[in-house]
Amino acid sequence: MADFGGGDLDAFRAEARSWIEANFPPALKGKANPMMREERSKPNADQETWRKAMGEKGWGVPTWPAAYGGGGLSPAQGRVIQQELGRAGAYNPIGGMGVMMFGPTLLEYGTEEQKQEHIPPIVRGDLQWCQGFSEPGAGSDLAALQCKAEDKGDHYLVNGQKIWTSGAQYADWCFCLVRTDTSKKHEGISFVLFTMHQPGVEVRPIPLIAGNSPFCETFLTDARAEKKDLVGPLNGGWTIAKRLLQHERSGLSGAGGGGYGGAKPLPKLAKDYVGVDEAGKLADSDLRTRIIMNEIDGRAFQQTAVRAMMEAKGNSGPSAATSIMKNAGTRWMQDKAELTLEVMGHQGLGWEGDAFNADELTAVRSWLGGKATTIYGGSQEVQNNIISKRILGLPDLTQHN
Amino acid sequence: MAVLNEEQSMLRDAAKSWVQEKSPVTAFRKMRDSGVELGYDAAAWNEQAEMGWAGVIIPEEFGGSNFGYLSLGLILEEMGRTLTASPLLASGLAAASALILGGDDAQKGEYLPKIADGSLVATLAVDEGAHHAPEKVALTAEKSGAGYKLNGKKTFVLEGPGAGLFVVSARTSGKPGDKDGISLFLVPADAKGVSRQNLKLADSRGASNVSFDNVEVAAGALLGAEGKGWDVLEKTLDRARAGVSAEMLGAAVQAFETTLDYLKVRVQFGQVIGSFQALQHRAAKMFTDLELARSAVEAALQAIDADSPDVPELVSLAKAKMGDTFHLVSNEMVQMHGGIGMTDAHDAGFYMKRARAAEAAFGSQSYHRDRYAKIQGY
Repeated sequence: MADFGGGDLDAFRAEARSWIEANFPPALKGKANPMMREERSKPNADQETWRKAMGEKGWGVPTWPAAYGGGGLSPAQGRVIQQELGRAGAYNPIGGMGVMMFGPTLLEYGTEEQKQEHIPPIVRGDLQWCQGFSEPGAGSDLAALQCKAEDKGDHYLVNGQKIWTSGAQYADWCFCLVRTDTSKKHEGISFVLFTMHQPGVEVRPIPLIAGNSPFCETFLTDARAEKKDLVGPLNGGWTIAKRLLQHERSGLSGAGGGGYGGAKPLPKLAKDYVGVDEAGKLADSDLRTRIIMNEIDGRAFQQTAVRAMMEAKGNSGPSAATSIMKNAGTRWMQDKAELTLEVMGHQGLGWEGDAFNADELTAVRSWLGGKATTIYGGSQEVQNNIISKRILGLPDLTQHN
Repeated sequence: MAVLNEEQSMLRDAAKSWVQEKSPVTAFRKMRDSGVELGYDAAAWNEQAEMGWAGVIIPEEFGGSNFGYLSLGLILEEMGRTLTASPLLASGLAAASALILGGDDAQKGEYLPKIADGSLVATLAVDEGAHHAPEKVALTAEKSGAGYKLNGKKTFVLEGPGAGLFVVSARTSGKPGDKDGISLFLVPADAKGVSRQNLKLADSRGASNVSFDNVEVAAGALLGAEGKGWDVLEKTLDRARAGVSAEMLGAAVQAFETTLDYLKVRVQFGQVIGSFQALQHRAAKMFTDLELARSAVEAALQAIDADSPDVPELVSLAKAKMGDTFHLVSNEMVQMHGGIGMTDAHDAGFYMKRARAAEAAFGSQSYHRDRYAKIQGY
């Protein structure tokens, strides 16, 4: 494993450590990130203090340009901040879709005015964004979307229905794909931004198999998107959408680690629930084998993430390994969630109530909620199509791109 | 592909071009058809040795280049692509590792230079049954005069037919299954009482069962301390496992690429079969597993070079993941080629046969899964 830096990085680490010590409210130490909860409550004073401090410093998005409020740091320094936050038991309060998907895309494709207007509130965590991409008739075949935007001079009128708009009930703004030309498929799509706080936007949360969810239906009836908030050229939104989906996928696979099945490692959990034999091995040998295979897959996935990062930094150019990350990561995590449930037996099926501990209640919801990961952000089948065609060069009979 | 330094890139490029020019799969086929008992082409082995490949992990003072295990892994990967049969793994990696890890200066001085220049093929004689079980040593070494007397049998000794030196695990105390009481000995193949039965295996590589009947060796043949050989043996085996995994990686990648090429040219129902989604998604699955396996194999080799304490678990991880992946890809190679893949004239069968032999070498997937979990405490 390579070393990411020398003395300069050590000096930066010391700086980061003392800044976090001085600004992170001790009462939040080890607490979960409130952004990660599905049902958000009003942030308390400490949470607000921490968000503002990180927002002002720009360290929630350490590698974004300082010109728009970002940290302006190198990737190596960004990793130091992540490590030092972990060390201090602190979460990064700046997040959400604005950070993970929209911000990086706007930095690449937006005009100077758009970046000046929209990036700083994301950096500060002042405004939350949601994604208006999928529609009832446009899932895996996203470019079939129908939601249309009509030119009204200085603005567009947007009419249609979006679905799976995660976090729409808490969002301030929406980045949205709209149809601006019905005579073409991919070349008739534009990428627009509009505020969610207007009469033409109606949001309804969708209960899912795991119970409450962050997913919503969003109905747009004469909603208004300003002309200045068209990103990229008219009818040129598909290219931007594809780029944004790459950010989404890398976030989805990378964020996989430890998200499901409780905080305890699976082997430890299995020892607690299933017990061990005289040799100290898990008592259920069939289950043991499947747990080992899952652990090995997880480790190989993490090794691949490290390798892809090293290759991107090193002399080998962009790594083909990145194309496999979403399917490999989601397969591993779904298997892990299934195994967690199996390890817990009936206790893993508790829906609510005090007959079950927190790990057990989390396990069943995570197992169900995790099924979405191979559907959203490009289903595993779409990912396999992408690998087959773009990486392996196999012919495309379906004529979409 | 790991990020390589200049030496490693040069070695990899040299190996790639030598293998393509001098050792395509047709060379392996020729060797197989000739029925040569050695299990490899001696002239090709000389060329490999002349390029310094047998000395890649051997210190410079003993005639090697000391470039490390990732470097040797890159060569083995390239050779694996065309199924090049060679004693490089058994001698230049496995036996050399035992000497480097456990040998005294006299032993290193006597054997390492000959291993490095290819004039001596050395190999591990470790297993005694059909399955890899390195602690189940029944072969005995009793004190005899100033030296020892060995009695017992070893099975599936890689490159046994061509070996001039065996690194033999023997029991000086305890019972089969004990890690304590295992001692390692350097036994010349021409020592009195050593006899070998050369095996014909499906993968056409050299392997032997070797008998030791009252074989007398001097005290200087003991590698490391008496009864304390397990530590060196396990470290040696981990290096061999990582090496064979690198060879498997190359073979599996080539098996996949050959299959992919076929999917792009074979026409049925008026279209190339690679346009069928059922086959595309299986190809995508193989590609995904190959990328994961590559990460595991490279991480294991890098850990050995860094002398990391994680070597045992990373090696077992790599051997298990690589074994499963090569198993899958070699089966799919035959299946996706259809009838032609069943013929001896096609290479697919070679890859599938080599896959199974390499999977069994130094511990199968189930061996390494079990070991991985034991190391992790479950």
